[in-house]
Amino acid sequence: MDIISILIAWGPYLLGGIAVTLGLVLSALAIGFVLGLPIALIQVYGNRILRAPAAVYVWFFRGLPILVLLFLFYFGIFPALGLDFPAFVVGAVVLGLRGAAYQSQIFRGAIQSIAEGQMTAALSLGMTRWMAIKTIILPQALRISLPGWSNEYPEILTDSAVCYAIGVMELLTRTSQIVSQTYVTLPVYMACAGIFILLNYAGMQVILKAEEKFAIPGFGVQSG
Amino acid sequence: MSDYILRVVDLHKNFGEREILHGISFKVKKGETIVFIGPSGTGKSTLLRCINQLTVPDKGHVYIDDDEITGCGHRISEYRQRIGMVFQNFNLFDHLTAVQNVEIAPIRVRKMDKKLAREKAMEELRRVGMEDWADHYPAELSGGQAQRVSIARSLAMDPEVILFDEPTSALDPELTREVLEVMKDLSKSGMTMLVVTHEMGFARSVATEVVFMEGGQIVEQGPPSEIMQNPKHPRTREFIGKISEH
Amino acid sequence: MDPVTFLTQFLMPALWQGLVVTLELVLLTAPFGLVLGIGIALGRQYGGPALSTACAGYVIFFKGCPLLLLLFMLYFGLPTVGITLPAFTASVLGFILCNAAYNSEYIRGAIRSIKDGQMTAAQALGMTKAQAIESIILPQALRRAIPGLSNEFIYLIKYSSLAYMITVVELSGAAKLVATKYFMFNEAFLAVGIVYLALVTVTTYGVHLLEKRVAVPGMTGKSPA
Repeated sequence: MDIISILIAWGPYLLGGIAVTLGLVLSALAIGFVLGLPIALIQVYGNRILRAPAAVYVWFFRGLPILVLLFLFYFGIFPALGLDFPAFVVGAVVLGLRGAAYQSQIFRGAIQSIAEGQMTAALSLGMTRWMAIKTIILPQALRISLPGWSNEYPEILTDSAVCYAIGVMELLTRTSQIVSQTYVTLPVYMACAGIFILLNYAGMQVILKAEEKFAIPGFGVQSG
Repeated sequence: MSDYILRVVDLHKNFGEREILHGISFKVKKGETIVFIGPSGTGKSTLLRCINQLTVPDKGHVYIDDDEITGCGHRISEYRQRIGMVFQNFNLFDHLTAVQNVEIAPIRVRKMDKKLAREKAMEELRRVGMEDWADHYPAELSGGQAQRVSIARSLAMDPEVILFDEPTSALDPELTREVLEVMKDLSKSGMTMLVVTHEMGFARSVATEVVFMEGGQIVEQGPPSEIMQNPKHPRTREFIGKISEH
Repeated sequence: MDPVTFLTQFLMPALWQGLVVTLELVLLTAPFGLVLGIGIALGRQYGGPALSTACAGYVIFFKGCPLLLLLFMLYFGLPTVGITLPAFTASVLGFILCNAAYNSEYIRGAIRSIKDGQMTAAQALGMTKAQAIESIILPQALRRAIPGLSNEFIYLIKYSSLAYMITVVELSGAAKLVATKYFMFNEAFLAVGIVYLALVTVTTYGVHLLEKRVAVPGMTGKSPA
């Protein structure tokens, strides 16, 4: 059987895999954002008591390999808590928790790079700290963070493949299924690689468009 | 074996549509100091870069001591060893100390023994007055000091001619003097020099010949007394007049 | 069984063996990944159109292809064309190819951040392009690339865990096997997690020392004045 007919025959199956992969990625980015931003805010504006656990969180989730995190949560933590989540949920949650650790550092850098003077000016105008953060700091910080996301996305995309280890039926797992059923190996793997590369490219284009759309004239991350 | 250590014949250079050099020709004798003056952007820097082929001319020939440099392909590295160049922005190697900057080309290119190269490097640094700064990095030097090290670096290769591309333009006025002094001494000691500069005082006192260039062509050339005091060509007169107003 | 017995009698010995394998994987990969990365960066930056495009293609492929997929290709795929690699070799090969792709990006960025004037001055002194790259460009570029390269090294330590998926019993694999055998999942994985954290922390400190040692005044990671 040649590769083209295999791809046609298994097309829908693979598309399902792409959907699952994208689901993992988008969940991870979303959870990462929702968790990462508060962590960044705690690290920049929080008091000592709050900053310590935040730092430990980041250190833990950045220091452990994704494989170990997946095993830990799938075989250890969730069962111990009595939670019987399907593999996809575990995968999405773990990728999200880890993404939050990385994204928090991106946001943190962006927030810290915004001149101290902006906060001072906002406060002197009578804003509360929280209002200043919401209306002055964050809109700028989020824009500065966009380029950081262009590193996050490829990483989460390639990491989603590791969810194979806990049986999530994403693209790589399904590819392996096809290989074991058709006995066609390298061409199928190469096709899978091609799909990942395309997904990578497509995602990067979206991020680049977003960067362009939200750019403020003169407010470059790079100079000139 | 001719009298001329450097001969430039009918040099042309275009950048896209714009013709920067319109057929430049001149000859330089050993020991002469030729100073190029003229409005900015008229191809003077391009001319120097065409001589050591950092920019490849479209037409024309360059001869050093009767050896043709133009069109020699990858042998150009050999010829460049005989031509020194000092840049407006010094271009010192940031990861090397002053003495290392001076000795690296003799070691790598001439395959000189490391001890001998070090001695030579210190000698050249002494010549430009920078021997006390031998172990300092470029970031720790002032502009004038960096430029003097840069001159020492060129001297270490014992070139037959040194090209100076606006050597003091990037320097604060106070630092310009120390560099011009070194260049003056160099000229007096018999080094053949081509200098592009706006420093008219230097041109007047040190140049063997002054060349006024405009629009990619040599408009007028002659001894400094003539060109600076008594220019013949109207545009030369105009330029000299403007400069003197400063 | 109580955690302490588990820890000392079964887990620690297993993790120790796994750690040795992990270190072997990492220390074999790192030098080759660096050298190959330098080669690709140079090929992309200074090579002719064919070489430059080939190197760019290399980077796109090995960055875009998940490491796990690459390992499968090398371990399961190559035998179908007559090349059978032992699992350990396939792992190291996959890590090198991937590591080199990421390294080359950092090195290339560093090369491009060096002012043009440095190459110009080197050539004006009579150096060939090759001599200039070797003596002037690379020493500076590699210094500037240290933060990125050390980042990749730390990733390497963590991603070596994927070798388990093609049957190499390194650190993570050892933990999983013991955990499954004795049904002590949290203990095993938390313990192995601590080992990885220790590895990463030690490496980070080591890199910090390295940066200080090779630092040149005025040559920070950003462009000099």
